[in-house]
Amino acid sequence: MISSHIGYYSLILGFVISVSLLFYSIFCLKKKNQNINQNIFSLLFMQFFTVVISFISLVYSFVISDFSNATVYNNSHSTKPLFYKITGTWGNHEGSLLLWLLVLTLFILLFIIFSKKQPTKYRILSIFFQQIIILGFFLFLLLTSNPFNFLFPVPNEGLGLNPILQDPALAIHPPILYLGYVGSSIIFSASLASLIQNNINKEWATHIKKWIQISWFFLTIGILLGSIWAYYELGWGGFWFWDPVENVSLMPWLCLTALFHTVIVLEKRNLLRSWTLILSIATFTFSMIGTFLVRSGILNSVHTFANDPERGVFILIFLFSLIFLSIILFFIYQVNENNTEKNFFLISKETSILINNWFMMYFLSVVLIGTTYPIFLEVITNEKISIGPPFFNKLIIPFLIIFLIFMALGPNLKWIKDNYKNIKYSKIILFFVCILISFYIVRKTSSEILFSSILGGAALYLLFINIREFLSKKNNTSQTISHLGFGLFVLSILLNSLFSDEFSANMKIGQELIYKKEQIKFLKIKSLDKENYKSVIANFEIKDEKKNITFLYPEIRIYNQPNILTSEADIKTTVFLDKFIVINLLKGEEIFNVRYQTKPFMIWIWISVCLISIGGILGIFKKTNI
Amino acid sequence: MKKNIFYLSILLFFIFIFSIFYIGLDKPNFYKPTEVRNKNLEEFTSTGLFSNKQFNSKDIIENNNFTLINIWASWCIPCRSEHSMLMSLSKKTDLNIIGLNYKDKKNNAVKFLDELGDPFSQNLIDPDGIISISLGAYGVPESILLNNKSRVIRKYIGPLTSDNISEIIKIIQ
Repeated sequence: MISSHIGYYSLILGFVISVSLLFYSIFCLKKKNQNINQNIFSLLFMQFFTVVISFISLVYSFVISDFSNATVYNNSHSTKPLFYKITGTWGNHEGSLLLWLLVLTLFILLFIIFSKKQPTKYRILSIFFQQIIILGFFLFLLLTSNPFNFLFPVPNEGLGLNPILQDPALAIHPPILYLGYVGSSIIFSASLASLIQNNINKEWATHIKKWIQISWFFLTIGILLGSIWAYYELGWGGFWFWDPVENVSLMPWLCLTALFHTVIVLEKRNLLRSWTLILSIATFTFSMIGTFLVRSGILNSVHTFANDPERGVFILIFLFSLIFLSIILFFIYQVNENNTEKNFFLISKETSILINNWFMMYFLSVVLIGTTYPIFLEVITNEKISIGPPFFNKLIIPFLIIFLIFMALGPNLKWIKDNYKNIKYSKIILFFVCILISFYIVRKTSSEILFSSILGGAALYLLFINIREFLSKKNNTSQTISHLGFGLFVLSILLNSLFSDEFSANMKIGQELIYKKEQIKFLKIKSLDKENYKSVIANFEIKDEKKNITFLYPEIRIYNQPNILTSEADIKTTVFLDKFIVINLLKGEEIFNVRYQTKPFMIWIWISVCLISIGGILGIFKKTNI
Repeated sequence: MKKNIFYLSILLFFIFIFSIFYIGLDKPNFYKPTEVRNKNLEEFTSTGLFSNKQFNSKDIIENNNFTLINIWASWCIPCRSEHSMLMSLSKKTDLNIIGLNYKDKKNNAVKFLDELGDPFSQNLIDPDGIISISLGAYGVPESILLNNKSRVIRKYIGPLTSDNISEIIKIIQ
């Protein structure tokens, strides 16, 4: 009860500070002071502090199960384990917005602390733009989704957290993803500030690059965690479903990846200035579009918390105000490209980075169109369509081949101008060797052998080139690791999709089946009562041709609050193969529907994404000498 | 002048997107197929499950007094429990039952029929779900009863119950 009051008033205080910061920063801009005003710094710190207090009081309400708080009542239950009580704080619309706000205020504080070498006016302007965003989120929270609403009379018990959200990977997935999204807001504010100050140059690029790398790292890890969760928890045996919400997190990622590369060109050659700016603005805009599409309920998805049109309208207006603000600023303070250095040579590093950008933009538009086209079609013609994985796969995968080849060759080119004679024949031979190896591996699979072997060959090629690069002395470690990771990533996905196998049957206890070369035996079931659910655990024995025995324990959980039945897959991971089994109840309790899948190279998909992101974060710690 | 037109068109573009999203917010976002009862079923062509032959829906429907199209999938658990109903229906009557296999893998579908029996006189496939959408299906399982003029007489959403079966038997007699 008390904690809700504290949280609410602390939030209002934070809002007041935000308004005053907005005006105070305008005031500071007019003064010709060399140093940043100490008051601004204190205000920023106080603002962060109020949001922290507010967030802690919400967590506290969840921990003590204070059901007088509507958010707690709707999303928690007294019998839930403590860990999920805490993570339940951001497992709902209101709480997750409070988390957004927390990260927003934290980031602007950190930004000001770590940008001391930058011009004062630029820093103040960044605060100004960031405060516009923060203010928008304060208003959104207080007006439409207050996490501290009271309930009277106080209910005795809460409604519980959706069981599929009770998972460790998912508990940290939202905070990490938000670090990525919100990091892009700093890039947005900083680039608008530098647009007005007209200091988009090499120094600015070096400074903003760190923020790009940090947000990119968190965004990548956040998406990875969500994907791991889908694989382990949803029990569909896949890791990416082209669900609108997945797409929505991929769009800022593609934009940020393009920006990541473009900013290097800006840093080295002082080129592509407006393009860098557009990408900076677009990245945050896509993060916001994501929030809008997911939270307004305009798209249907597992992530839609509540369908409240009022919220949708608010985010929509807020989103487009930001878009219009940036467009107008962009037109007023036009960037003049550097004409003296404008020459682009066909064979050079900057061209190859530009090609990377074209591909990123192409992938981005495919994802964007695939996600939003149903909305447009429905509004204009009242027709409903559903766009599924085939659309994305057909439009993206063929282009991946060319993309991979450019990715292998591009980084080794020199800045400004390189000579095509420097391309060694050994590399061309290596490429064909890769295709042959890949053909040898995929030849036994059913369809599209030619296509698969070229794609696999291109991925292998990228992998080999980067391994060689890694072993040579003068390498750029962070880039090599990331690119190597990407080659491995495409390769593992390809092999995974080609060699995955699935088998499904109804089985009784004690029954034995033979599928291909494996013997599957349903040994027994066992019932257990856990803290907040009842569980039925089955025991399977799988014997392969070499008489290796694997035991698998898939589980059915019957949660009490809310009353939901979930199937927990059991997965045995080895270096080359995942064995995945999931059971479902059929009528009566004797027969179970058993789905057994073998998924090769699953773990390599996760490892490769980790490599990609490690490469990205390594860039922060080293002096750049690309 | 040229620049102003450029600015204006960009602004207009974003205003257009804004209005689409704004209107879209009010639209119900759940998928609701059109009501097909007392309407003629759209004609479709599909490939057989066991053979690669093409089938036209009209040819199959017009030769019989009544046809029941059942949309099913091996991964769909209610379809399994429904299957015994279809088996008994095919044994009791000479109703023309067509199975439309929805978004499935061929091996699994064949195994499903081997295991539980094949009540269908024709087995057609709908690997990407497009036919089912054009038939106005909500999901699997779903059954549509038609007369020989392709007119939809009854539509059953979800697994068939024994009441549904007796209703079907009544209608076709």
